Amino acid sequence: MDLTLKVWRQKNNKAKGKFVEYKIKNISKDSSFLEMMDILNEQLIEEGVEPVAFDHDCREGICGMCSLYINGRPHGPDEAVTVCQLHMRKFNDGDTIVIEPWRAKAFPLIKDLMVDRSAFDTIIQAGGYVSVNTGGVPDANSIPIERDKAELSMDAAACIGCGACVAACKNASAMLFVSAKVSQLNLLPQGKAEAKLRVEAMVKEMDDLGFGNCTNTGACEAECPKEISLTNIARLNRNFYAAKLS
Amino acid sequence: MATLNSKIPDGPIAEKWTNYKAHQKLVNPANKRKLDIIVVGTGLAGASLAASLGELGFKVKVFCYQDSPRRAHSIAAQGGINAAKNYQNDGDTVYRLFYDTVKGGDYRAREANVYRLAEVSNNIIDQCVAQGVPFAREYGGLLANRSFGGALVSRTFYARGQTGQQLLLGAYSALSRQIKKGNVELFTRSEMQDLVLIDGKARGIITRNLITGKLERHFGHTVALATGGYGNVFFLSTNAMGSNGSAAWQAYKKGAFFANPAFVQIHPTCIPVHGDYQSKLTLMSESLRNDGRIWVPKNIEDAEKIRKGEIQPKDIAEEDRDYYLERRYPAFGNLVPRDVASRAAKERCDAGYGVGTGKAVFLDFEDAIKRLGRDAIEARYGNLFQMYEKINDTNPYETPMMIYPAIHYTMGGTWVDYELMSTIPGLFVLGEANFSDHGANRLGASALMQGLADGYFVAPYTIQNYLADEILVPRMSTDLPEFDEAEKAVQDRLNKLISINGKYSVDHFHKKLGHIMWDHVGMARTKEGLEEGIQMIRELKKEFWKELKVPGSLDELNNELEKAGRVADFLEIGELMAMDALNRNESCGGHFREEYKTEEGEALRDDKNYTYVSAWEYKGPDQEPVLHKEPLTFEAIKVQQRNYKK
Ligand SMILES: Cc1cc2nc3c(=O)[nH]c(=O)nc-3n(C[C@H](O)[C@H](O)[C@H](O)COP(=O)(O)OP(=O)(O)OC[C@H]3O[C@@H](n4cnc5c(N)ncnc54)[C@H](O)[C@@H]3O)c2cc1C
Ligand code: SF4
Ligand code: FES
Repeated sequence: MDLTLKVWRQKNNKAKGKFVEYKIKNISKDSSFLEMMDILNEQLIEEGVEPVAFDHDCREGICGMCSLYINGRPHGPDEAVTVCQLHMRKFNDGDTIVIEPWRAKAFPLIKDLMVDRSAFDTIIQAGGYVSVNTGGVPDANSIPIERDKAELSMDAAACIGCGACVAACKNASAMLFVSAKVSQLNLLPQGKAEAKLRVEAMVKEMDDLGFGNCTNTGACEAECPKEISLTNIARLNRNFYAAKLS
Repeated sequence: MATLNSKIPDGPIAEKWTNYKAHQKLVNPANKRKLDIIVVGTGLAGASLAASLGELGFKVKVFCYQDSPRRAHSIAAQGGINAAKNYQNDGDTVYRLFYDTVKGGDYRAREANVYRLAEVSNNIIDQCVAQGVPFAREYGGLLANRSFGGALVSRTFYARGQTGQQLLLGAYSALSRQIKKGNVELFTRSEMQDLVLIDGKARGIITRNLITGKLERHFGHTVALATGGYGNVFFLSTNAMGSNGSAAWQAYKKGAFFANPAFVQIHPTCIPVHGDYQSKLTLMSESLRNDGRIWVPKNIEDAEKIRKGEIQPKDIAEEDRDYYLERRYPAFGNLVPRDVASRAAKERCDAGYGVGTGKAVFLDFEDAIKRLGRDAIEARYGNLFQMYEKINDTNPYETPMMIYPAIHYTMGGTWVDYELMSTIPGLFVLGEANFSDHGANRLGASALMQGLADGYFVAPYTIQNYLADEILVPRMSTDLPEFDEAEKAVQDRLNKLISINGKYSVDHFHKKLGHIMWDHVGMARTKEGLEEGIQMIRELKKEFWKELKVPGSLDELNNELEKAGRVADFLEIGELMAMDALNRNESCGGHFREEYKTEEGEALRDDKNYTYVSAWEYKGPDQEPVLHKEPLTFEAIKVQQRNYKK
């Protein structure tokens, strides 16, 4: 199929950005969106134009690196997938596709479609762990965990840290991401000892980094490629107020 | 000149590691703060090492090329991690895990290392559970297991189809805690460009800041590389797009021997290639072979009709299907090791029985769904089925998956001794980047085990043993001439790459290299093919340095430049792989030479002449590398022909 692409181009953080239009031909329906971007870049290199910078690595929907905002939706039009798993069969011949980076104050732009998401690492550093050192831990089966709890914890742990939730949110809130990590750990007996400290420290860090407030619009859940549920936010809130009260 | 001393401790195999730890040197807490350690890589091996060293009180700097340590390629591992817990009471022991791993590796691994790996495997599971890794559990609340290829017991722990992700997030959380405490300093979007030696010891690295393009210097009393494998030599592989062999290759050029480069693993269950625009291959976890049955049509006419789309798989009657793994290997059936399964698939497709494009076989869940119900299959493999459907647009609950082998893992890597130290003093190499534990073929679910074993439980000890003799060495300035020189060499090379200004993009060369490697240094190798391959790679390398085109400049974010550096190294790694394959006149594990096979077509080892590790020494540009041999001796295991038939 033949397509028109409107791509956000911006040389660096300081430069002014703008949309640039490119035509691209003969794209197979079976190719992935990023393969289409590869073809575009090959074409640009041939024409002597600098290729479009975008983040990607695993191309399997698990590393969380890919991050394109396509036709107004983080990760594009397919449900529950990352851009790297989005296939061109979701588009039609002759379509115009608008491609932008994640836009959020806490994710400053680096170049073209790449942004800096290190704020997510900083939030995890504030408390997204169980404080155990290597060695000297009990036998794994000495802590039985109800299967349902373990499954709920795993549901939350599936977050890939892509930041689509932030990009989707009109307040650029990181609540879904933070709540996923808090839930994963606070649901498990191993995480209980630090549950209060964790939720307070992570929420504070999130606020300090300039992420917005959560006003429960649910846009994050709708766009999350890993279907992280809003119930995690409810759980975080319960944990948070319990911590404040005690 | 460096020589090979594997430094295997004395004593019976089961006591070697305990003995080592009992007698090794330690560093006192006050001195630890004065010692700097560089860790390159934040995958399972690097993250677990950096976290553990930080906890011990060393000053650690850790590097990765992605924007976050959590995105290292380990994140993509699906199926699981082995440990000899014997929670299933099915007869597993440390010895059995050790035995399976040595046998699976076709007797080309170092026995003492493998035993230690099996020994610490249980600690890994304990550690991960303590960190909050949500492994799968039974209704009683205890941990669940599944089976993987090459084993008769169920010893694989898993977290749905995302085991690597969960283990890495565990290590990343431990690392994050140390970063917060100030014991570890994190450098993301930083790519190592060279290793710095001072008086023959590894003392630092040069990195490129991928955002600004600036070259940076870092000192360490010791350097540890955990930079993953070089499977992307083949262009198409299951590795992440950025996975590369460059750090190990820089070390090679500075004197670290490179071991068994020819040993690469071809994974039997990947989604087949579908077009030349394709950028990578997607793995379908080996765990699928627990319940899926692999087959092709028995009659060549049926295969042809399937390829033309005239009939569907369901139109082929049960008796007209050839479950060739079950037929050839009754004891292990669909769970034979990867190399065996991959070759069997190639054999059927080459003979004309392939489906899809002709380079594919079926992986069928019909029986499992009948037996266990769709819900049970969905619970086990739901996310894999979903991934398959997204890519292929067909529903594997209804029609069998199509799979084909693809490059997946590199057993070869930097040569290391028992302490995981390379032939450069003070340079340690961990995880997939080293060669040590998997011989000529790696068993499923044992790379995650090795990465974490190296990082949590082995290197934190052995690095200390090394550093105990370095406590009097003060932090060195990065203005030393050795740093100047290394940085200048890097700068020169980057200048050269960007100024060639030829006609073709990096991918153009990378794809060409991939084709040469797959055709000549792939699943079935011959003397002539390898010789021809070497010539072709040399030609391509010349063309690369004449005709490459890298747009943009050096002092900015430049993805093409990053790729160019990696492909420049792949061109050289590929050549060494072919040379190693040519030298090894036998078939073992993933290395299959057409000339050396049994009458039934199975790999035929030559134990008399090739029971050694080949360790290659760099001698300078355009010089032939020199081969050193580390003989392998097996005391705790009887070397046998691998047999998965009975
Ligand atoms: C799709 C897939 C599924 C798999 N499934 C399983 C499984 O189920 N079980 C199993 O046991 N194994 C599995 N494996 C294998 C296993 O995942 C890997 O072998 C293992 O994770 C490698 O870990 P590592 O820490 O050695 O390296 P990696 O995880 O590859 O990490 C490499 C690190 O080095 C950094 N790096 C690389 N080069 C540079 C440089 N020049 N400068 C700076 N940093 C650099 C990267 O940024 C990264 O942080 C799978 C592999 C794949 C591809
Ligand atoms: S919660 Fe979902 S959208 Fe947000 S970072 Fe995690 S995976 Fe991405
Ligand atoms: S590239 Fe890894 S999730 Fe898309």
